[in-house]
Amino acid sequence: MAGPGSLRSRLEAGHRLPRTLHPIAWWIWALGLAAAVSHTTNPVLLLLVLGVLGLVVANRRSDAPWARAFKYYLVLALSVVAIRVVFRSVFGGDVDPRGTTVLFTLPHVPLPSWLAGVQLGGPVTVDGTMGALYDGLRLGTLLCCLGAANTLANPKRALRVLPGALYELGVAVVVSLSVAPQLVESIQRVRRARKLRGGAHRGFHALRRVAIPVLEDALERSLRLAAAMDSRGYGRTGSASPRTRRLTGVLMITGMFGFCIGAYGLFDGSALAVLAVPAFAGGAVLCCLGLMLGGRHVHRSQYRPDPWKAPEWSVAVCGVVPAVIVIGGVGAGAVGLNPSTDPLSWPVFPLVPAIAILIGAIAAFVAPPPHPPAGVARPAGPTQNVARHPGRPRPRTAGVPT
Amino acid sequence: MIAFERASVTYADAPSPVLRDVDLHIEEGELALVVGRTGVGKSTLLGAINGLVPHFTGGTLSGRVVVDGRDTRTHRPRELADAVGMVGQDPLAGFVTDTVEEELAYAMEQLAIAPDVMRKRVEETLDLLGIADLRARALYQLSGGQQQRVAIGSVLTAHPRVLVLDEPTSALDPTAAEEVLAAITRLVHDLGVTVVLAEHRLERVVQYADRVIEVHSDGSVSSGPPAEMLATTDVAPPVVELGRFAGWHPLPVSVRDARRRAGPLRAEMAGRTVAPPPRSAPRGRAGTLLTARKVVVRYGTVVAVRGVDLDLRGGEVTALMGRNGSGKSSLLWALQGSGERQGGAVDVGGTDPRSVPPAAARRLVGLVPQTPADLLYLDTVAEECVQADRESQGGCGLGARALLDRLAPGIADGIHPRDLSEGQRLSLVLAVQLAAAPSVVLLDEPTRGLDYRAKRHLIAIIDLLASEGRAVVVSTHDVEFAAAAADRVVVMAEGDIVADGPTAEVVGASPAFAPQVAKIMAPLAYLTMDQLRCAATAGAP
Repeated sequence: MAGPGSLRSRLEAGHRLPRTLHPIAWWIWALGLAAAVSHTTNPVLLLLVLGVLGLVVANRRSDAPWARAFKYYLVLALSVVAIRVVFRSVFGGDVDPRGTTVLFTLPHVPLPSWLAGVQLGGPVTVDGTMGALYDGLRLGTLLCCLGAANTLANPKRALRVLPGALYELGVAVVVSLSVAPQLVESIQRVRRARKLRGGAHRGFHALRRVAIPVLEDALERSLRLAAAMDSRGYGRTGSASPRTRRLTGVLMITGMFGFCIGAYGLFDGSALAVLAVPAFAGGAVLCCLGLMLGGRHVHRSQYRPDPWKAPEWSVAVCGVVPAVIVIGGVGAGAVGLNPSTDPLSWPVFPLVPAIAILIGAIAAFVAPPPHPPAGVARPAGPTQNVARHPGRPRPRTAGVPT
Repeated sequence: MIAFERASVTYADAPSPVLRDVDLHIEEGELALVVGRTGVGKSTLLGAINGLVPHFTGGTLSGRVVVDGRDTRTHRPRELADAVGMVGQDPLAGFVTDTVEEELAYAMEQLAIAPDVMRKRVEETLDLLGIADLRARALYQLSGGQQQRVAIGSVLTAHPRVLVLDEPTSALDPTAAEEVLAAITRLVHDLGVTVVLAEHRLERVVQYADRVIEVHSDGSVSSGPPAEMLATTDVAPPVVELGRFAGWHPLPVSVRDARRRAGPLRAEMAGRTVAPPPRSAPRGRAGTLLTARKVVVRYGTVVAVRGVDLDLRGGEVTALMGRNGSGKSSLLWALQGSGERQGGAVDVGGTDPRSVPPAAARRLVGLVPQTPADLLYLDTVAEECVQADRESQGGCGLGARALLDRLAPGIADGIHPRDLSEGQRLSLVLAVQLAAAPSVVLLDEPTRGLDYRAKRHLIAIIDLLASEGRAVVVSTHDVEFAAAAADRVVVMAEGDIVADGPTAEVVGASPAFAPQVAKIMAPLAYLTMDQLRCAATAGAP
């Protein structure tokens, strides 16, 4: 427990009121770390990134359902590493293991000539396995970066910052996300009801018996939802002329094209940076233009929009710094970022990238604390007391109902 | 505020219009109650107010409907969103977002209302409906009454002048229904919002109404003050039936009014013996058919049923009551054997229905679930019946089709089960389940969406089942229905049985639970109008 005069308590009592950070800030932070991760296979740096992710998630996640997902991403990352190593051992056996240490030898299955390049079984070497381990670790850490973003930022809130032109897309995603659990509930209910009729059928008949009521249910529900949305003013404004719509389309498609090429170039590392950076930037600009043009016809306001203030800037910078330093190769040679596995050598500890990654951890302290769990920190007001005792008589404006 | 001028609505392929030449004016600040039998076009009338009919549903509207000066022919529902708030029967189906606060803001976001105004209106609406402490909660976690209040709030934030509600309390238990109705009446009285409301359970709302609009089966519509209209309507709550029976004029519409008028009637009836409610068929007699001991149902850490003991006797109709979430459904499913059961024993004729395959369990205990349509998946009534017979080989001699004709005569073979009315579909599912000849029949909330006539029909069906010596359990929120149909009432709360005894004792003794007739005639022990009529004719010189 921090003392009353400590920095932490002062921060949390004063200007750092609990609030949710802008979801985009968390995504920039996480994608920055992901970009750094994609450029290194040094296990020391990768484990450092995992540590940073763990620290920030533990410090700044809320108690919402999606915020408990990080451990599943960790499990997923571990299984990615395991699968990578196993596949490498089974399918990537070295035919010519001279000069390396053979761990053990799997029985070798000769494959037909048209499968040249694929090995099944054979000797499993230390450097091959280590290479697979590093590679798997990189992929796993990448997954954890995305997992951290999903854990820290409400995925639905992240959709809300979509520009006006993409609003419909966001609505579709939100609706389908809320329909999925309803569909599961509906399937469970119908399956249970099926038992009441005996329910001895298997295969296609059983499927039909469950699928038809469930689909009817889903269809009816979506019709009712559509009616409700229509009654509440959805789609009230915004009709662009066909010309504007075409122009928006062209801008978006060209922009996305450049964006993808640029992103590929930036993240691949072997591509020409000269080509990648302008493509990336140009694509981004075109996309923004398209979105602005499309959004001009949409008149809608947003309830309690997330502000973008100093903590958002700080968190975003905490993610961009490691990305720039690691991608730029500052303070570390190729060996520092991608330690050699052939011949196998101890990974070195590149100081500058390590510090850069540690900067990512600052996000755990510059981000405002999340809202405390509902019902714990909020003192019960008079309204809450009434609502918690539904049996208590309340003043009514009309006569006492019978 | 709302004007229908010679409005008629005809759906495609329909031989005759659903609404015919409707001339109707609803003034500002009125609470108008739309009554009529199931399927007469009440929903069509409500939908026409905000233009969902015909813009969304299809069909042809002739004449015109003007709301707040806007003609629905030229204004689509979305353009009326700031004038008319529409709340449907199932609030969950209409929710777009996932938390209370965002749901309240949704309509305003669509209307492009400035963020600071939105914030203010959301806070006001949260207080107005008493849901401020729910603001951050996920919508699907709320109880039915809370969901319905959020649904009302979510249209109110757009500040509509008219609120249209289609059966807002049909799925709610009495307490939750009161919460919702209290909120609605507050809106009418404090804010002057015009409310148009359709409801089957008239006893809940009729005393709040300023005007009653009756939709007749030929599509015509008449309207007037409640006391006048209810003297002749097709559907009437017990208090009105009592008033009609006693020949009171003007007709009382609330228990309070009726009770003040009923002094002479009570004095007249005081000396007579109160017979149990008359049955359309005499109760059959059989011993105890089902014995349940220490039944426990739990979902994770939530205990739905905690160690319940229950005996069901043949020829006895039991009403299972209690608020939503008190464990009624869980208990029924556990008794049938298909549902969860973590502890205790159920014995039907020496067999535990859970220990045998589902096909055998349904020969012991038949259950009609809350959404009967879940059991139906074929294209015609005839196919469903044939399939039911196939599934219940070894059942009684009577096929599902013959059973259906006994329960609900006149349902054609070729009709699609989805096109049946609620009551007919219930009869079909009941016939499907009865084809296996179970000795115990469980009905989970069968009265949902049934009008008074359909409920009377259901009571006749239940009488029939009981006369054959079956044990029948009906879970219901409907006190009037329980009083008329059941011999015994079991009340559950938080997984426990808190009351179990003859209907008159359990239902008549509690002021909250008592049916309207009991409230008016107390301390005399009359529960239903039928009892009163019988006593009156028997006692007449």
